Amino acid sequence: MSKITIPIGPQHPSLKEPGCFTITLEGEKVVNAVVGVGYNHRGLEKACEARTYIQDLYIIERVCGICSHTHSTAFCQAVEELAGVEIPRRAAYIRVIMAELERMHSHLLWLGVAAHEIGFDTLFMYSWRDREKVLDILAELGGNRVNYGINTLGGVRRDLEPQMADEIRAMLDIVEEQNKYYIQLALSETTLAARLSGIGKLSHEDALRLGAVGPVSRASNVDTDIRVIDKYAAYDEVPVTAITDDHCDVFGRAVVRVLEIMESIKMIRWSLDNLPDGELTAKMPRRIPEGEVFSRTEAPRGEDTHYVRANGTDKPDRVRVRAASEANWHSVKHMLEGDYLADVPIIIAAIDPCYSCTDRSIVLRSAAGERVWDWAALRRYGIEHYKKQGFDASKIKIAERKIIR
Amino acid sequence: MAKNILERAVDWGRRKSPWIIHFNAGACNGCDIEVVDALTPRYDLERFGILQQGTPRHSDVLVCTGAVTLQTRDRLKQIYEQMPEPKFVVAVGTCACTGGIFDGCYCVSGGIDSVIPVDAYVPGCAARPEAIIDAVVKLLSALEAAQKAEPSEQ
Repeated sequence: MSKITIPIGPQHPSLKEPGCFTITLEGEKVVNAVVGVGYNHRGLEKACEARTYIQDLYIIERVCGICSHTHSTAFCQAVEELAGVEIPRRAAYIRVIMAELERMHSHLLWLGVAAHEIGFDTLFMYSWRDREKVLDILAELGGNRVNYGINTLGGVRRDLEPQMADEIRAMLDIVEEQNKYYIQLALSETTLAARLSGIGKLSHEDALRLGAVGPVSRASNVDTDIRVIDKYAAYDEVPVTAITDDHCDVFGRAVVRVLEIMESIKMIRWSLDNLPDGELTAKMPRRIPEGEVFSRTEAPRGEDTHYVRANGTDKPDRVRVRAASEANWHSVKHMLEGDYLADVPIIIAAIDPCYSCTDRSIVLRSAAGERVWDWAALRRYGIEHYKKQGFDASKIKIAERKIIR
Repeated sequence: MAKNILERAVDWGRRKSPWIIHFNAGACNGCDIEVVDALTPRYDLERFGILQQGTPRHSDVLVCTGAVTLQTRDRLKQIYEQMPEPKFVVAVGTCACTGGIFDGCYCVSGGIDSVIPVDAYVPGCAARPEAIIDAVVKLLSALEAAQKAEPSEQ
C-alpha cells in the first residue's frame, strides 16, 4: 500500500496553538509521526538576562498563560535559594492554595478540550462553565483571571482574607459536586470509555524510557509527583497523594486528571483550615549572590524545572526553563505510531500540550545523530538560518531598559 | 454602483453572523483561553451569531493573539491572504497590539500590525472575554455604519 504524508498545522482547527505534525499514513494507520514545534519561540530566556530579577518574574509568568503560577513559583524558589532567604509559612501556604486552584482550572480546561476532540461538546461546555467559578476565585485572589501575579521574590503580594476563605470553600463545594459527576462519567460512561480506551498506548517501560512527566506518566503507573518526591512550598505539611492509574492509555490520563481535581479540592480545604498567621514577604536583597540553582515544581502538566545562574548583580546570568510539555513531546511520537488517523487529535490533546511552554529547546537532532548545541553555536546557527530567509537577526539588539527605582 | 437586493442580503448576513477564525501568532496561551472562554456558556459569543471556524476560507474575522514570532510571520500572512474579502482583523491582548512584554526579543517581530492590517485592538494581559466581546460588537456596528453609507437601489 502506498504511503501518504499529511501535514497538520501550524494553523489547525483542533488546537488553539500553532504546532505542525507531519503524519505518514499507510491506509488509515499512522506509520510515522514528526512533531514540529517552535512556532511560539519568543526568546524569553534571553530577555530574562537583560532584565532585573523582579522584572523577570513577570516575563517568567508569561511563559505559559495556563500554568503561570507554577512557573513563577519555580523561578521565585530558585532566586530565594540563591539569596538564602526563607519565605514566611503563610506565603508558602498561599502559594500552595494558588497552585492547587490553578491545577483545578487547568484540568477542567483539559477535560473540555479533550471532550471537544472526541465530539462530546456538551461536556466541553459543562466543564468550561464550572471552570469559570475557579477563575472567579483566582481573579479575586490574584487580581487577574490569567497571569495572577501573586508571587513575588520572598513571598506573595496579596493576603488571603478570612471572608475570601469562605468564598473559596463555597466554590469548592459546587465544583466538587460537579466533579463527582465527571468522575462517574469518566469511569462508567461506556461510550466515553470505548472511545478513549486502547488508544495512545504508552507502557510503563516506555514512559520511563521516554521521560514522560505528570499525568501522562502517572497514567502509565509511574509514581512521580514533585509535590511528593521533592516537597516544596508548604507541601511538606499539606497531605498530598499522587494519583496513579494502570490503564496506560488516553482513558487512564482522563481518569488521573479528574481524580486529581478531587485531590486538589481536599488539599485546598486542608490548607485553608490550617493557614498559619504571619508575614507575607521576607526581605530580599536586590543583588543576588553568585551561584546556580535548579528548582522544580509540579505543574498541572507535570514536572516544571527552572535553572537560574546568578553572577552577583541584579540581573541573572542565565535562565533556563524546561516546562512539562517539552518533556512529553517525545512520548507523543511513540503514542501516535500504530494508531488510526482519527485518533490523532485526541492522542495529542491527551498530553495536554502547551506550545508556549515547549518552545525553547536548544538540543537539535540531525540525520547524523544527536548533537548538543552550546549557546554561541545556537546563536550563530540562528543568525545564519534567518539570513538565508532574508532577515538579518545579527542587527537586533535587546534594548537595555532604563530601570526606575 | 448601487447595491441590489441580493448584495444587501449578503451584507445583512455578514453583519448578523460573522464567522471567526482564531490564530495564535506566539501568545502565552492566556489570551487564547480567554478567546475560547468567550465562546463558552458564561459569555456565549454565539448569541451574536458568531461561530468559530477551522479554516480561513470560511471566515470573516481573524482573531489574532500574541506577539508575532519569526516562525509564524509567514503563516499569518498566508492565513490573511486566504480569507475572502471583506475581512477584518481583531488583535487580542497587549502582545498582539504592540508586542507587549516580548517587544524587543530576538524572535519577535512586534505586534500583529507589523505584518497585517488590524481593525480592532483589544489591550489587556490577558484581555478579558468581556473586552473581546465588546471589540467584536463595536467592529460589527462600524461595519453596519459603513454598509449603510453605501448607496442602495431603493
